[in-house]
Amino acid sequence: MTSHSPLLLWALIGSIGLGTWLIRLSFLALLDRVERVPPALGRVLRLIPAAVIAALVLPALTHATGEFDLGTDRFAAGVIAAVVAWQTRSVLATISMGMGALWSLQALGWLG
Amino acid sequence: MDDSARRDAFFSGVTAILPILLGVFPFGVIVGVAAVEAGLDPVQAIAMSPIVFAGAAQLAAVDLIARDAAPVVIVLTALVINARLAMYSASLAPSLRGLGAWPKALGSYLLTDQAFAVSVAHFQRTDDDLGGRAAYYFGSAIPLWMTWQVSSVLGVVIGSGVPPEWSLDFAIPLVFMALLFPAVKDRGTRLAAVVAGLAAVALIGLPLNLGLLAAAMLGISAGVISEVTR
Repeated sequence: MTSHSPLLLWALIGSIGLGTWLIRLSFLALLDRVERVPPALGRVLRLIPAAVIAALVLPALTHATGEFDLGTDRFAAGVIAAVVAWQTRSVLATISMGMGALWSLQALGWLG
Repeated sequence: MDDSARRDAFFSGVTAILPILLGVFPFGVIVGVAAVEAGLDPVQAIAMSPIVFAGAAQLAAVDLIARDAAPVVIVLTALVINARLAMYSASLAPSLRGLGAWPKALGSYLLTDQAFAVSVAHFQRTDDDLGGRAAYYFGSAIPLWMTWQVSSVLGVVIGSGVPPEWSLDFAIPLVFMALLFPAVKDRGTRLAAVVAGLAAVALIGLPLNLGLLAAAMLGISAGVISEVTR
């Protein structure tokens, strides 16, 4: 439980909210003033989603316990979900198979 | 584009985002639960979702609040995590150029990983005009906003009652996983994803969650180098 005051918590929530909105608005507002995105920037932008999403996913699987560990239920379920995601491209199939795999592995109790 | 075509575009966006909402819902519940457990009062915990509306940042901020981290570290961490949204903003901007100031302000507020991914994929496949593209974008963004608010309120109401053995937080990487493969389209994006993913694992110890951004930059650099030198 936090010992920060309610007023400070409101200030934190408000600051993060305003800052996040300005980040979101940034290029949507700015790019109206230029004719088109320069090719070099376009090249970078095209690569961004793949890089950022991969950087969000992989540590969640390899560091499921907080430490690096590939012998966990979550890593194994993540590998299964990756195969499903790759083959089906379906969010629903990925989530249901991934959660199903995790619960099955947890029930079996082979891993950590 | 006439009104009925715009309505069709809006509902195409809704249809595209619907399966993704199933992954967002447990995420929102988890963020609501975590906010209450961190010691936010229910009004703050509920207000955080419409004010911030960014799941990973909310979850990280709540985690740091629970540990009484310095206020500047809490804000900086959340904004660093959300810096990726500037990249999405830039990617969407060419498709939404010419939109009015208010729709743009609102559209920015609604910008998420999922609405971005769904919309960019759609804009690449089709040649709708600006009105159609904006309608599709809002069609994908608004249901996600509603789902996020409802699910996080539910999380706040449930409070600490969700059994941790359900492991519902695992739905978060699963959602990102499902979004990853469509984003990997060719050699450059594949290399960017592999390098960024491995770098994020190696750099997980960096302070302030800087590992995510540093890893993304390494991955993008690798992708750019491979495309420029081929």
